[in-house]
Amino acid sequence: MFVGRETATAPLCGKSRHRKRAFFWLVSLLLASLVWFVSVRLSDRGDAALQRGLLGFGAAVSVLLQELFRFAYFKLLKKADEGLATISEDGRSPISLRQMAYVSGLSFGIISGVFSVINILADSIGPGTVGIHGDSPYYFITSAFLTMALVLLHTFWGVIFFDACEKRRYGCLGLVVASHLLTSGLTFLNPRYAASLGPIFIITLCTGLWAFVTAGGSFRSLLKCLSCKQEDDSRVMTYSALRVPCED
Amino acid sequence: MEAAAGSCWAPFPAWWGLVLAALAAGSCQGNSVERKIYIPLNKTAPCVRLLNATHQIGCQSSISGDTGVIHVVEEEEDLKWVLADGPHPPYMILLDGNLFNRRVMMQLKGTSRVSGLAVTMAKPNPPQGFSPGLKCPNDGFGVYSKDYGPEFAHCNRTAWNPVGNGLSYEDFDFPIFLLEDANETQVIKQCYQDHNVPRGGSGPEYPLCAMQLFSHMHAVTSTVTCMRRSSLQSTFSINPEVVCDPLLDYNVWSTLQPINSSGKVDPEKEVIIVATRIDSHSFFWNIAPGAESAVSSFVTHLAAAEALHKVSDVHLLQRNIMFTFFQGETFDYIGSSRMVYDMEKDKFPLRLDNIHSFVELNQVALRNGSILWMHTDPVSRMNKSVEVQVRNLLHILSNSSMGANVSLQEVGYSQPLPPSSFQRFLRARHIPGVVLTDHQAAFQNRYYQSMYDTPENIRMQYPEGLSPEETLEYVTDTAKSLAEVATVVARALYQLAGGANNTSAIQADPKTVSRMLYGFLIKMNNSWFQSIIKPDLKGILGDVPQHYVAVSSPVNTTYLVQYVLANLTGTVVNLTKEECLNPEKTPNSEKEMYEYFWVQGSLDPNATSRVPYCVRSSVHLSKALSPAFELRQWGSTEYSTWTESRWKEIRARIFLVASKELEIITLVVGIAILIISLLATYFINAKADVLFSIPRDSGAVAY
Repeated sequence: MFVGRETATAPLCGKSRHRKRAFFWLVSLLLASLVWFVSVRLSDRGDAALQRGLLGFGAAVSVLLQELFRFAYFKLLKKADEGLATISEDGRSPISLRQMAYVSGLSFGIISGVFSVINILADSIGPGTVGIHGDSPYYFITSAFLTMALVLLHTFWGVIFFDACEKRRYGCLGLVVASHLLTSGLTFLNPRYAASLGPIFIITLCTGLWAFVTAGGSFRSLLKCLSCKQEDDSRVMTYSALRVPCED
Repeated sequence: MEAAAGSCWAPFPAWWGLVLAALAAGSCQGNSVERKIYIPLNKTAPCVRLLNATHQIGCQSSISGDTGVIHVVEEEEDLKWVLADGPHPPYMILLDGNLFNRRVMMQLKGTSRVSGLAVTMAKPNPPQGFSPGLKCPNDGFGVYSKDYGPEFAHCNRTAWNPVGNGLSYEDFDFPIFLLEDANETQVIKQCYQDHNVPRGGSGPEYPLCAMQLFSHMHAVTSTVTCMRRSSLQSTFSINPEVVCDPLLDYNVWSTLQPINSSGKVDPEKEVIIVATRIDSHSFFWNIAPGAESAVSSFVTHLAAAEALHKVSDVHLLQRNIMFTFFQGETFDYIGSSRMVYDMEKDKFPLRLDNIHSFVELNQVALRNGSILWMHTDPVSRMNKSVEVQVRNLLHILSNSSMGANVSLQEVGYSQPLPPSSFQRFLRARHIPGVVLTDHQAAFQNRYYQSMYDTPENIRMQYPEGLSPEETLEYVTDTAKSLAEVATVVARALYQLAGGANNTSAIQADPKTVSRMLYGFLIKMNNSWFQSIIKPDLKGILGDVPQHYVAVSSPVNTTYLVQYVLANLTGTVVNLTKEECLNPEKTPNSEKEMYEYFWVQGSLDPNATSRVPYCVRSSVHLSKALSPAFELRQWGSTEYSTWTESRWKEIRARIFLVASKELEIITLVVGIAILIISLLATYFINAKADVLFSIPRDSGAVAY
């Protein structure tokens, strides 16, 4: 009964972790926007180069704050994990660190994607498209692809980040932060979409492969998975064969 | 664990709250993505829907606006693209002002390839004239009908407005806007040049420049229908949705010898009524400069009133003179029909018996060779007693023009009265009267009730380089000419009222006429107007003056005519602000005879504040709402039944539209990626234990 309640609450708490992580991302965005807002207010409005510089500065601060909050969340989850482990029946927490990393990254990615795209979606409902002032008419579709890349990147970064923090590989940590800064910087190349979206998708692919390997996957496991149906059955049969004598 | 379960839901509202805030941010005006897409057009005037007992006129758009690809039509040949050749219907036409005529509009009305129209003002004014009014204005609501002078009914004898094409009285099912700002027109034409011009032989390619016009009108069919719906809503609904409002405002009237406005004038006392209209109309809502059709006449009237009040023996005159300014006359004589109704029903201090004679001023600024025409009604003159009085009236008027640069001439017996408020009084009683105009038969005004009836139409010209103050004080030739007419009218009225003295001292002041013309035609917010209005009315002095009767009353024109008349004909009295605003508490104030206005006074050049004072005058307002609405006879053919529809938002904007192919490709790609990602997620989730092999798991299975 106690186990049942645990398993019943575990997926629920997974969803709540989603929301808690999303909340953390929102708080980091709030702080970053506060920093940018204050800096813009204090600066000279007319100087375009200065404003652009301030925007870049604001973006960098936002990236750093997001990674900081990701780290803070990692610490929080570690504590919660230890807590869960002590009160569970078999001394292990019901959720592995990998799962937590994946969910953390995914929720960061979802809320970041929602924030990026909801404004654009709301205006795309009207009859007009971007372009009357000379902007590119492919604004909506490229924004959508960029958001997709961002969601995937956050998920992958979550996995790599948590793994790096767990195994104290600070080099990997720095690499994650650096690739986030690089992606954010590449978006400043918009509307030259070939120059910004291309490299961002290449980064997404590489980060995806890295996260796959970090999570424990490999080329062999992929092949095994694609042809692994019979093996599963045999293992199950073995298990049931072992169980039958116990019921006597 | 329960505590954990409880706390699972805690961040939920915070997250959704923030997402909703993001959504709100996306939908609020002025965010940066919206500014990338749309250019709003701010200086436009819409065409709105007006209804009468049987018809609806004006324009309508769909509830979420009408969108169309822009096409600039500057020549008649450009219309072919819109009507037949263009591959991307429906089109939103940017029409040059010179092509805004009946022929083109009827072509556009009949086709479904047009989703809206934006018209520019033709500069200079179209030389052949332009009048969207009817050829026979206010037909059927005047005095001539099949029972009274049938040969004169329906303009059989004289077409008063031959230039009239009746466009204002057509019903269009697409929105039509006027572009008042030349800069915005240039922006639209630039967008058209960049994206919409056909290259080679084929059509232009996407993205195309498009325009969206919002002017959805709530009322339909006729006044009967919309008033019935509004009254049902008002009776049964907690939150009534009224769909139309009757056109209403106030008439301004004043008497030379003060009368008791709440009592009744002695039946033996005779009154001479002087009347003018103070409103005009055009095809577009609240665009009604009305220089020749309204302003010229009431400014002359105001100058004559001022001249008469300066005469020393007004209180000795045998007959009283009532100066009346009717509002709403453009729409089947709303003001004058209401006053006649009130007189018949004893709701007005005067009765129809009191009226000795009637003098009306109609369109007096475009005199041809200084001739002023006197129109009379031939049918009522067949009565001997009326004929005698009319002859007397005409004789006095002719005498008064001696020595002035005005020659008064009679129009022959064969001509009926032009459209005038006098016709409504004739319907009730055969009163001797005359209508003074500058035209003998057809109007001299080639822009009657149009947006081109501007100061240029009455030849008002100012020298270059004058400041606003200097322009206010500069006396134009038009002002001098109108002042002469006012002098003649004032002298004639003095003699009609029984004055015995020499009339050569009665002179209208051209300076006053000039200031009034400036204020009512060019800039309402000038120093003179500011000094003669109430302190809390400062906000009404807007930019370009328009004289449309509207539905919220009183309009600026009525207020200003009231205060100008009070200033010109009233006296300054030494009362404090409290006494002036509450005259019933002051002894000897004679509240029923006089009206007291607390005006803010002029601003000295050195001082920063004004010196307000109290003005006592006999200027009153009387309600100008058609009797049809009082009697709830919404289908009446006897009284005016004009109403204006209500609406929620009126705006216009331009943007680019993408091709349907690009939109569909975007949608299909999006759905495909969604399905692929769902499948991939399911697949990876199902095979997670194989893909991400965790060493201890195999140990657990072996258990």
